[in-house]
Amino acid sequence: MADAKYAKPLPRIDEESKGFWEACQRRELVIQRCAACGALRHYPRALCPTCLSDAVEWVRCSGRGTVYTFTVTHQNQAPGFRDALPYVLAYVELEEGVRLLANIVGCAPEAVRIGMAVQVAFEDATAAVTLPTFAPV
Amino acid sequence: MSLLDRAVIAGVYEHPTRWAPDKTQYQICAEAARGALADAGLTIGDVDGFLTAGVGPIGIMTLAEHLNLTPRFHDATNIGGSSFVAHVLHAAAAIAAGLCETALIVYGSTASSERFAVGTGGLTSGDPPDQFEVPFGPTVLNAYALAAQRHMHEFGTTAEQLAEIAVTMRRHAGLNPRAKYRDPITVADVLASRVVSSPLHLLDCCIISDGGGAIVVTSAERARDLAKAPVRILGGSESLCHTAMGRRDLTDMAAKASGPRALAMAGVDHADIDLCMLYDSFTITVLLTLENLGFCAKGEGGAFVQNGRLGLGGALPTNTDGGGLSSNHPGMRGIFLVIEAVRQLRGECGPRQVADCAIALCHGTGGMLGLRHSGVTLVLGR
Ligand SMILES: [Zn+2]
Repeated sequence: MADAKYAKPLPRIDEESKGFWEACQRRELVIQRCAACGALRHYPRALCPTCLSDAVEWVRCSGRGTVYTFTVTHQNQAPGFRDALPYVLAYVELEEGVRLLANIVGCAPEAVRIGMAVQVAFEDATAAVTLPTFAPV
Repeated sequence: MSLLDRAVIAGVYEHPTRWAPDKTQYQICAEAARGALADAGLTIGDVDGFLTAGVGPIGIMTLAEHLNLTPRFHDATNIGGSSFVAHVLHAAAAIAAGLCETALIVYGSTASSERFAVGTGGLTSGDPPDQFEVPFGPTVLNAYALAAQRHMHEFGTTAEQLAEIAVTMRRHAGLNPRAKYRDPITVADVLASRVVSSPLHLLDCCIISDGGGAIVVTSAERARDLAKAPVRILGGSESLCHTAMGRRDLTDMAAKASGPRALAMAGVDHADIDLCMLYDSFTITVLLTLENLGFCAKGEGGAFVQNGRLGLGGALPTNTDGGGLSSNHPGMRGIFLVIEAVRQLRGECGPRQVADCAIALCHGTGGMLGLRHSGVTLVLGR
């Protein structure tokens, strides 16, 4: 359930990114594809950096990926994280080919390995914000 | 005469303090400016170019006011800890272009006495990528750890090899009376220190100190009758790395682009470098920088840093002042890379002097390696 006392930083959602965050609330993981040149990109932005077209498509991902790299963090003084230590910060390489930063959950931090197969899960941080997380398959 | 040969480094000063609860950041900057101008044999009245970073949101205007400077060239480029290495290039270009004649580069910080969590506080800039990063808990430290973990996985780099870098820097610090930490450490000590963000241990991380420094860059003509022999700026280049639409290889650094360009401009090869001054925010920063600059092949950094190669008396003496890992790191360390290189090229380094030091390479890395970072390479000669 959404927790009113959620203490970690929340995304400051903007016009360029809201499609991503709205999808998360529907429990869908999406990335952007340029309708002009076909290039995939993450993080989302209004114009394609490859051809500068503003013809954007949102592609629904399978949610499957592998851990490209990770770190188990034992020290972070920032509010919210101080109480969540140790936590796993990772780059997940999606089946679609782009990498995104996320937390790995659903297993002991010391069990995480590069190459490990993971699947997206969603965490309702607040009523307005749902975050993607990844758990071992 | 090349573009960069028109400007030289005429004076440098490293503030001796590592702990300054009795001083302000602006005072440290002013003391550093005084030191570098005295070293050059110039006065504050000679300064018509001014460069700084990291002194607050509108820092350069406030700091110019503090020093009562009204420069005709100024540059507040802030690309993290490498900023001051870039400032040397920018000052040289400005002087070559006739925009100013004598440029003062200044840095000061009280990060340590203000208890600022440089590497282990959360990151929030408000920039667009933030929303895809800050909810998941990046810090400066763990953004470097992401690259370290990937390098170990791809190439078999070991914690012992990373530790060797910290041990070497500490040995150098033992020869620098101003270094904050001078007692020798061993590879076992590094491995026994707590893991802050895997695979990086506490002793894989730079220290936090107060401190500051300054550099005076002037025209080759103006330098002819100054206090000390000028240090020549032979070549330099800058680059940036970021998440690249979600496809970046985390073992690549900005150094991969800036290094070859700087060496080519200087007309020198790796074998010509007598001293390396590399940004050592973490041990992995040094290892990756050596690979990306081309001192060894990708993946061979672990073997390269072993057997004393980076130590005084080794084939590639590196961070002879003890670096950010042991001497000082007030949050942005780039200026100290240049200051130590200049002092080595002048033969002023006493027990830690590199014999016959003729060509030095400085490489600054700023920002967060695993997210976005800058790289600036500078080649200096006597
Ligand atoms: Zn396109």
